[in-house]
Amino acid sequence: MTHDQSFTNQKFKLVGSRVNRPDGVDKVTGRAKYGADAAAPGQLVALFLRSPHAHAKIKKLDTSRAEKLAGVKAVITSADLPDHTNGAQLDVLENCMARDRVLYDGHAVAAVAAIDRETAKKALKLIKVSYEKLPHVTDVDEAMKSDAPLVRENIFTRGVDPKPTKPSNICKVSTFGHGDIEAGFNEADVIIEKSFKTEQTHQGYIEPHACLASVGPDGNGELWVTTQGHYTYRTVCSALLGMDMAKLKVTSSEIGGGFGGKTHVWIEPIALALSRKANRPVKAVMTRDEVFKASGPTCSTSMDIKIGAKKDGTITAGSAHIRYQDGAFRGQWGQLGAMTAFACYDLKNVQSVGYDVLVNRPKVAAYRAPSAPMAAFGVESTVDLVAKAIGMDPVALRIKNAAKEGTRASYGPTYGPIGIGPTLEAAKNHPHMRAKLKKNQGRGMACGFWFNFGGQTCSDINISADGTVNLTLGTVDVGGSRASMSLICAEELGIPYDQVKANIADTSSLGHNDTTEGSRGTFSSGMATIFAAREAIEEMKERAAQTWDIPVEEVEWVEGEARAVGKKNDNLPPLTLKEIAGRAAATGGPIAGHNEVVADGAGVSFASHICDVEVDPETGGTKIIRYTVIQDAGKAINPDYVEGQFQGGAAQGIGWALNEEYIYGDDGRLQNAGFLDYRIPVCSDLPFIDTEILEIPNPNHPYGIRGVGETSIVPPLAAIGNAVSNAAGVRMTHVPMSPPRILKAIEEAAEA
Amino acid sequence: MRYEAPTTTKEAASLIAGEKGEAFVLAGGTDLLVRMKTGLSDPDLVVDIKHIPAMQDIKTTDSGTKIGGAVSGSRLNSNKKLKKAWPGVVEATNLIGSDQIQGRATMVGNLCNASPAADSVPAMIAAGAKAVVVGPTKRRTVPVEKIATGPGRTSLAKGEIIESINLPKRTGKSGDAYLRFIPRTEMDIAVVSAGVNLTLEKGLVKTARVCLGAVGPTAVLVQKAAKAIIGSKLDEESLKKMADACSAACNPISDKRGTVEYRTKVAGVLAKRAAKIAFERAGGK
Ligand SMILES: Cc1cc2nc3c(=O)[nH]c(=O)nc-3n(C[C@H](O)[C@H](O)[C@H](O)COP(=O)(O)OP(=O)(O)OC[C@H]3O[C@@H](n4cnc5c(N)ncnc54)[C@H](O)[C@@H]3O)c2cc1C
Repeated sequence: MTHDQSFTNQKFKLVGSRVNRPDGVDKVTGRAKYGADAAAPGQLVALFLRSPHAHAKIKKLDTSRAEKLAGVKAVITSADLPDHTNGAQLDVLENCMARDRVLYDGHAVAAVAAIDRETAKKALKLIKVSYEKLPHVTDVDEAMKSDAPLVRENIFTRGVDPKPTKPSNICKVSTFGHGDIEAGFNEADVIIEKSFKTEQTHQGYIEPHACLASVGPDGNGELWVTTQGHYTYRTVCSALLGMDMAKLKVTSSEIGGGFGGKTHVWIEPIALALSRKANRPVKAVMTRDEVFKASGPTCSTSMDIKIGAKKDGTITAGSAHIRYQDGAFRGQWGQLGAMTAFACYDLKNVQSVGYDVLVNRPKVAAYRAPSAPMAAFGVESTVDLVAKAIGMDPVALRIKNAAKEGTRASYGPTYGPIGIGPTLEAAKNHPHMRAKLKKNQGRGMACGFWFNFGGQTCSDINISADGTVNLTLGTVDVGGSRASMSLICAEELGIPYDQVKANIADTSSLGHNDTTEGSRGTFSSGMATIFAAREAIEEMKERAAQTWDIPVEEVEWVEGEARAVGKKNDNLPPLTLKEIAGRAAATGGPIAGHNEVVADGAGVSFASHICDVEVDPETGGTKIIRYTVIQDAGKAINPDYVEGQFQGGAAQGIGWALNEEYIYGDDGRLQNAGFLDYRIPVCSDLPFIDTEILEIPNPNHPYGIRGVGETSIVPPLAAIGNAVSNAAGVRMTHVPMSPPRILKAIEEAAEA
Repeated sequence: MRYEAPTTTKEAASLIAGEKGEAFVLAGGTDLLVRMKTGLSDPDLVVDIKHIPAMQDIKTTDSGTKIGGAVSGSRLNSNKKLKKAWPGVVEATNLIGSDQIQGRATMVGNLCNASPAADSVPAMIAAGAKAVVVGPTKRRTVPVEKIATGPGRTSLAKGEIIESINLPKRTGKSGDAYLRFIPRTEMDIAVVSAGVNLTLEKGLVKTARVCLGAVGPTAVLVQKAAKAIIGSKLDEESLKKMADACSAACNPISDKRGTVEYRTKVAGVLAKRAAKIAFERAGGK
């Protein structure tokens, strides 16, 4: 059955109310089972041997002594893994286990499975690796120089004409935009040109990567794992190891945060390979040190932004050259940055060029609106400078140039109804904007954009004999989506919220669902849930019609019950869902609804943030005094969790803006692979983060939903950058704005 | 690994002295257990001192206050008399970690772990505290500044254990204070820190001790800084002199937590601010 995706402006009874999440009690009482909480009889412990070098050739790798140690059941190196030379999955496998070269500090070179941790530790010590160190590069600008050490030898820049004949670290150049920027800059009364840098950050999820893998000699396998996408893990792991997809059952555990970092595989394929070799279940849990060194943080960046404007505030041209490092493996992060850079604005002349660059750092993975926060830092800081130069209020300048319905986006498409204008107007009118500032305090604001995504989804609804309902989902719940999906299901069926029990199915129990990324969960899973519920309703109407012996056209579904319509039926009392369910065995068997969909038309999302900061001019220390997030949600299904997403993105952005960074030594090794010196904000670092939800319906969703999970991390770097710059009286261009950087900037400004 | 929990300090000292392999005293364990878990230490013997009564005492006598080696930060915090006499020492110790850490962590463990950034140490040194060191055969009393000799190193011989920290008796108008700079609000390690202890006479600073943390291999007692404020009312000029003396005494490194320039500058800033608080606490105006 095909369903209409269009927005219908339906009146809601439940959607939009604030409900407790169904997984809440288990989580606060410790009963919830996370990645490391599974165990199997006879399970082995896996540990990894990792490179101590940023870049080196593996000259010799001898595991024979480790293999002979009593209690060691399997040792794996790249030699034990399928050969994917020239295959699509080569990079993925090579990141999980180095082949002939190690490409970053922490790159795995071998793994052991042993009867206990002590034995596994001993075995690691018995593995002999001889390395030949190679020159390394960890800085994105350094890596782009023509004489930089080559991270890979076979990378020829794509996206440039003519095709290069020499390999380089620049894997891709991506150009977006329209109009004539030269002509645009010629029209400008002021032109601001500025360079910016941001350091590498990690998603900082509290739960490390963990899994329990079991593969039998018959080729059947199971993987219990903390992931944002167990179907994707199944696809990738089965391809890497040559297994049949249907024979690998992947179950997603509860997830202790992912934010993009759990969209890729890291230790999981190796745990499966160890299990297959040992013929025993294998448990692998990363240490925090390993998470920092060998999972997928986001890029460090460097960029040049140029914006020209007329005195009246019209931006005549914008250009951005943004350089993102992808770690040691090709990515599309610079491209995404280039696409998002100017997405908030309606510009006649715009060009953004993104460079994807390899360095000797871990493979970059997605981090909440990946690539957008850094580009926004550059562009939104420059927009503030333009406002200052022409003497215009920065919010007014943004409102004047904001994109609207019909605007051709800088990255290509033409926008439908969007929320950038309304969020800016709301920011302008917010009491926060008029609050008094004290000495050494400054205010900043910025806006941000994210695409959002839909993708493949399916859901099942099964109605139990007692009228309670199982909602089976395959899109992993990372932010409370079981609550939202239950609300939607209950809304459609017309039953109370607590009569729906939502479960996340394993990969053998439901068809493919894309990974929970791109803020797609509520948009796409919500759509499949609506349609599945409507199919169940159709079925229940059939059953009622059968019971009453009337045509189904004479049955309607209202408030959780079937009602017979028409004069001749007015003696028939309604049949409730519970009554219909109770008779299912006699009317045709179990009642279910299904839906499979590729959810297109995820509405783009915009936010505006306002931030007040106090800077201690003698120490460079900062304190966030007040923070407000205004964002378009399309429709907030469960406002508590929409606000939670707004606040969470802001909190992560605050950490990124002020203190979080990967610090590499001259030796190319990571110096702060732990939460002591990688400083995510603690509770007392943050003020209450105020939120305002706007609802500009997405025309491509029956309820008007847009994703909300990611956009909230886009404006903070810039909003805080603008606030700190205003408080300190000096423009900050390097994130994180740690106390030493701020103090140095203040002193340099004083000297100048 | 062997675990022992003796009930006298002498016994503890003998156990450690007699161990051929690696032996450690276990006070709160908030450093030691972390080291063991991450594989930095792999002891053959661990001697828990929490069952030694003398280690659990806080005693005030005519000559001052004696704080046992196993007294936790939270116990210091609940001792009103001590807080009144030595607010700087108590606040420095209470800055260590979180509530959970406070329930365990001790000043002596902080001192013997010998981190240049240890929070309680500059405050103890500024206070003029002394450590009572007990060995298998003899005991000695040494100024706290003589204990740490470098990062992770102390002057204690094998088998020597600190039984208590003795704070001098408070007389007249006096006050102390400790400040550290961390990029966050808690759960962090001092990038630079300063402890100041002073006494007043007729509204002027009569005696003072200024000690800096995280600006060299050990905490640095800066006599010139103290001299700069002695005889003053903490006017801007003497404060500036003190700050300059502090900066001059710094010999820090640049590392992931801060640069040489940053630590050098902020050491002076913190010393100034701590001096003002100590002055106020002493009743200065
Ligand atoms: C989460 C966390 C946060 C922390 N935050 C801070 C902080 O903010 N500031 C800070 O300074 N530190 C901090 N620390 C470090 C630690 O908590 C302190 O150094 C604490 O004071 C150590 O005391 P303890 O009693 O736990 O020492 P233990 O771990 O028991 O001992 C530390 C060392 O001293 C030796 N030792 C202990 N007692 C004696 C004795 N009586 N005689 C001789 N040797 C002895 C031990 O053998 C060991 O080598 C933190 C630690 C953690 C885990």
